[in-house]
Amino acid sequence: MANKIKLGHVHLSGCTGCLVSVADNNLGLIKILDDYADLVYSLTLADVRHIPEMDVALVEGSVCIQDHESVEEIKETRKKSKIVVALGSCSSYGNITRFSRGGQHNQPQHESFLPIGDLIDVDLYIPGCPPSPELIRNVAIMAYLLLEGNEDQKALAGKYLKPLMDLAKRGTSGCFCDLMTDVINQGLCMGCGTCAASCPVRAISLEFGKPQGERDLCIKCGSCYGACPRSFFNFDVMEEFESISEIIAGALK
Amino acid sequence: MIEDPYLGKYITCVSARSTDKEILQKAQDGGIATTLMVYALEQGIIDGTIVAGEGDRPWEPKPLVAMSREDILKARGTKYSISPQISWLKEATRSFGLDKVGVTGVCCQMQAVRKAQLYPINMRDVPDKVAFTVGLFCMENFPYKSLQTIVEDHAAQSLSSVKRMDIGKGKFWVYTNRGNVSSLPIKATHKYEQPGCHVCLDYVSNLADISTGSVGSPDGWSTVFIRTKKGNEIWSKAVAAGMFETKPIEDVKPGLDLVTKLAKEKIDKNRKTVEERKSFGVNKALRNPYA
Repeated sequence: MANKIKLGHVHLSGCTGCLVSVADNNLGLIKILDDYADLVYSLTLADVRHIPEMDVALVEGSVCIQDHESVEEIKETRKKSKIVVALGSCSSYGNITRFSRGGQHNQPQHESFLPIGDLIDVDLYIPGCPPSPELIRNVAIMAYLLLEGNEDQKALAGKYLKPLMDLAKRGTSGCFCDLMTDVINQGLCMGCGTCAASCPVRAISLEFGKPQGERDLCIKCGSCYGACPRSFFNFDVMEEFESISEIIAGALK
Repeated sequence: MIEDPYLGKYITCVSARSTDKEILQKAQDGGIATTLMVYALEQGIIDGTIVAGEGDRPWEPKPLVAMSREDILKARGTKYSISPQISWLKEATRSFGLDKVGVTGVCCQMQAVRKAQLYPINMRDVPDKVAFTVGLFCMENFPYKSLQTIVEDHAAQSLSSVKRMDIGKGKFWVYTNRGNVSSLPIKATHKYEQPGCHVCLDYVSNLADISTGSVGSPDGWSTVFIRTKKGNEIWSKAVAAGMFETKPIEDVKPGLDLVTKLAKEKIDKNRKTVEERKSFGVNKALRNPYA
């Protein structure tokens, strides 16, 4: 067995639901911690007080720019990590913190929140509110293969992670309107309905086969665009769905 | 395992039809999709499946989580309009409480399922609960208003009188309950196609466990690709249980040559469309989901 990678969980302005999703891999998480990764930092689960060196930092939550410590923490995270992952929609897209505007006791001046990609370079997104445990698991395994695998495994991990890296390059906004601007307006929607299944607040229905968004319900998590098979569809990975699923299942055995 | 650039990966391909007379009464072709899902349900391979049920308007499909033979049979027959099958994928594992979900649909919907399995984005529990997928061949689809125009204007039939629609031999066919048959050249329907279909690079549902369609086999029969280990296991058991009559695809006319020809036509044409999007504007491109 190759070396374990160093994994950390950094908690900014998040709800810890992303960490719960990590934990909801059940024995899969224990397997990952046994064989592939050491959890070197996570204030919820361990008493390491300061951000150490990490191979992979899973960053949950957005950044309140009026909170000095948070700003320092995200900068420190970038400095100490090989791979920074925006875990969940707050970290990737701002999500519900997009609606923050201050004025509440007892820090009424804490009014501005930004996704981490507006303060540091982010390598990879795991969108979702909540993010799916299975996607977090896949990314953890693939990150391990990328850093510790043989050449074939590195190549596989590279191509698996690419679309999630592309999402990180694409921007820091998520919304129902992504489906309009980047799918329907682009002549790409084919009415499969995936967006409606992925939406956590049921803001999307399909009228005559096309997405209809209740934008006052939308919490701006960016899931629908991420899940849409016409946002990214990397044939090189998808055509191997059977073998890749077997590899992931095998790694967890 | 055969890896064909136009027909995808598959273990075997046969021509087949169901032995269930009741299913065949209203099946579009050989009754493969219906019979496979009914068989999977009866064998406990799935405990429910997403099918294209009847919608609120005539010939408007509506996705449905079917959990009985009776409900699966309600989805027989091709509806040439958009049925957002995947909109129920997560819910099937929630309020329906399913552990082993079946999915039927066309190529892009099979793609959506595989993407949700490999990259579940707000799709918790879905990856491991998809138990069986049956994909249909699909050349293109139509918005409901397009279907209305084609049937009511071009074929001059009332939608509520229609018994069956079919695309074949270069024509769009409309059969009515009272025995009338109308047809129009498929060329006349092109402008009504859903635009999103023009970037689709899959004809025979390459990513399904089993895919099935009419092209390649005689009327009343289907061409069937058995693709994955799971698909192969289910197909073998179903054939052994006498659910299907089969013939080697090499022994039927027009056979795989026609399937390959049409697949190539679709994929080459749509690849060109994808390519042209790169220089659609002046120094500006339209987005490419496959980049």
